Amino acid sequence: MTQELTVLAIIIGIAHSGIRLATPYLYAALGEMMAQRSGVLNLGVEGMMLMGAFAGFYVTFQTGNPWLGVLAAAVAGLLMGLIMAVVSVSLKAEQGISGIGLYLFGLGVSSLLFKTMLGTVEGVNGFHEMQFCVANVPLLNIDSTFCMKDIPVVGPIFFDHSVLVYGAFALVPILWFVLNKTTWGLNVRAVGQNPAAADSLSVGVNRVRYENVMLGGALAGIAGASLSIALLGIFQEGMTNGMGFIAVALVYFGGWSPVGVMAGALLFSSVNALQLWVQVLGFNIASNLAVMLPYLLTIIALAIPFRRAQQPAALSKPFTRSET
Amino acid sequence: MTPAQSKHAHVATIAAGEPWRASDDAPPAVEMRGITKRFPGVIANNQVDFTVKRGEIHALLGENGAGKSTLMNVLAGLYKPSEGTIWIHGERVDFNSPRDAIAAGVGMVHQHFMLVPVQTVAENIFLGVRETPFVLDYKQMAADVRRIGTQYGMPVDPNAKIWQLSVGEQQRVEIIKILYHGAQVLILDEPTAVLTPQETLGLFATLRTMVAQGKTVIFISHKLDEVLSIADRITVLRAGGVAETVFARDVNKVQLASLMVGREVLFRLEKPERAPGEVRLALSAVEALDNKNLPALRKLTLKVHSCEIVGIAGVAGNGQRELAEVICGLRAISGGVIEVCGKTVTNAAPIVMINAGVAYVPEDRSTTGSAPNLSLAENTAIKSYRDEPVGKGMFVKRNTMRTIAGGLIDRFNISAPSTATPVRKLSGGNLQKVILAREISKRPRVLVAAYPTRGLDIGATEAVRKILLDERNDGAAILLISEDLDEIFAIADRIAVLYEGRVMGEFASADADRETIGLMMAGHAADTAHTSPARNPEAAS
Repeated sequence: MTQELTVLAIIIGIAHSGIRLATPYLYAALGEMMAQRSGVLNLGVEGMMLMGAFAGFYVTFQTGNPWLGVLAAAVAGLLMGLIMAVVSVSLKAEQGISGIGLYLFGLGVSSLLFKTMLGTVEGVNGFHEMQFCVANVPLLNIDSTFCMKDIPVVGPIFFDHSVLVYGAFALVPILWFVLNKTTWGLNVRAVGQNPAAADSLSVGVNRVRYENVMLGGALAGIAGASLSIALLGIFQEGMTNGMGFIAVALVYFGGWSPVGVMAGALLFSSVNALQLWVQVLGFNIASNLAVMLPYLLTIIALAIPFRRAQQPAALSKPFTRSET
Repeated sequence: MTPAQSKHAHVATIAAGEPWRASDDAPPAVEMRGITKRFPGVIANNQVDFTVKRGEIHALLGENGAGKSTLMNVLAGLYKPSEGTIWIHGERVDFNSPRDAIAAGVGMVHQHFMLVPVQTVAENIFLGVRETPFVLDYKQMAADVRRIGTQYGMPVDPNAKIWQLSVGEQQRVEIIKILYHGAQVLILDEPTAVLTPQETLGLFATLRTMVAQGKTVIFISHKLDEVLSIADRITVLRAGGVAETVFARDVNKVQLASLMVGREVLFRLEKPERAPGEVRLALSAVEALDNKNLPALRKLTLKVHSCEIVGIAGVAGNGQRELAEVICGLRAISGGVIEVCGKTVTNAAPIVMINAGVAYVPEDRSTTGSAPNLSLAENTAIKSYRDEPVGKGMFVKRNTMRTIAGGLIDRFNISAPSTATPVRKLSGGNLQKVILAREISKRPRVLVAAYPTRGLDIGATEAVRKILLDERNDGAAILLISEDLDEIFAIADRIAVLYEGRVMGEFASADADRETIGLMMAGHAADTAHTSPARNPEAAS
């Protein structure tokens, strides 16, 4: 009996952490997906996340208001996206290279700001888990306070997260709708697939790319903030630890669709959660190997060629109206 | 408003004859005056005056490189003219981008369609439409597409993805798209190049409907017959300038051709008698797979002799590509034997084939046939750099290479700015001449030419056919793969019909009959055909 309870608790724990840990990946990968759907490959997600993580943390630390922190993180990411857009869209630089430059820039600047403005690792009380509680509903015959978290199994898995977690998952249907059902989304898709066609119909190719790279930046910034002010409550130099690059991989894995990206993020974070629990429970596996697991999975998942047809045909190609 | 306001005095003198006026005194749909467009090193259009009346189908005729597409790209706002002025329906316009042209009611259907293959017909048509609400109404969009399609006789499924459509259907989507975007003047760039004869008739019916409803159509082409059958007036461009504007009813094909080329055109080539010599190329029971690993060649047997052109007739996709590739060592065969000059070369590497004297003019000029970003000189040396005089040990003698290339430019009458020009900048005809020059300068024993005149204009086609005939007269064995039966009848000595990877029948072209060949191309067996048994011992399969 006790044994069964423990197994159930572990499964609930893994599912809960899987959803929770998916948050930064989801924000970052959805943002990157938008940039790529418009035809811009931005490898600087990691740098944008670090800037967002720092800005979000610092503002929350100073004001005590995590919402202001999220706003600051979004603005920081947006400005990073603007840099990327200027370099890769207007100046038509090689996107793979300029993205790496952006990453190094974000890494350096966030470390510098951390050292000069904070100096030591501090903690903040950022977002708390949301409480889905109702009190005294006689109709449902509930007289004391009832929280959805208390629903067996489902409750602790789904109803014990901070608002940023729900925000990330809410973005999935929102972005799907925007991409597939709106005029702007049609422009984005066309610009990523055939910018010459879009241009011939007076869609501003570069404008759409600016919008998406900056949106991607803002979401990457929020991704960083979700790490620093929601999941961990601290800021450290280089704390994203490769998440931004995994996010780029997740876009390919997810076949450039919001649902695919979400599936990838959940798979990745679940394996991550699993490996954490494996370590906690003290299974006889070298922890280095366990830590490797998610990354190994990424490589394997990316090696499987499926849904490649969805790849934006103009990805990483700057647009110039042809005059031969 | 009037052309006389033009700041170019010389344009004003050209305009002295007064701009064209319709009987109802309406301004012309399009009036271009003194248009000059320069590219680095080239003048694509030189002082072109071009006027199109409202409600007419006006053909713009000219050889490749005559400046038709450039002039129309100027009209469609893609290029800014270096000089000159444009009026649309009497309004002076100054286009900085295609969107300006669309706003003025000028839309262009490009030769390479401006469509997003993974999106639906409706999505492609509604892309960039300003009035659409933020949230797209797919039902309304589909209804609008169907309505325009019906109005102009262009049925198309609004919910189909572009990549699922035939090329003809994609063209309809393009036309509906520019109509929906408000085009009054439609420019069609070589619209029939990609169509079957039936689709062409359908397109012509659509164009007549459109002009009947007050639209104006500019039709770019280099095909004389279709221009004569569809156009009201024809403007012939030659070497960047206007040769003449004529009424279609007043001219015939020969007059148009000489306007285009600037001299009399021979529609018949001289083909001296040559007795076939020894067997140069022999394929026996050759089998090969296509890229999808399906059988493409099935026990194909064929011989080509010295001093002989064997024409392969057939509908594309019946093994032509694979046939050419196995002979050149680019595709492995799974059965049978290939011999060149009596030597077995089955599944030999391309270099062995080249050294055995096999030359190849591939179907795809710019991907298989040439390296687009390399210079003309380098492209002519791609097969000869290993040996003297171009190669020397591990080095290439660039001066020698350039001198040889210069000689080829003269000999084959290639028009290119210099031997250093990247071949991607050449027109299709000139690129084909570069490829032929390279292949023929190696004195080939066997020449495989796949669709050598596809997409070329009259002048270039004539030149290419003449080059092939000269080679045959000099003793080469030539395998000519072509979709154009006229071409095969004009220059081949023998015709083999290819169907599903088999030779359905072989004929001497002198006593071949079109109808029989047509039936065999569609897969009807040889027993209904008047074949001479001596000529096709292998055909029964």
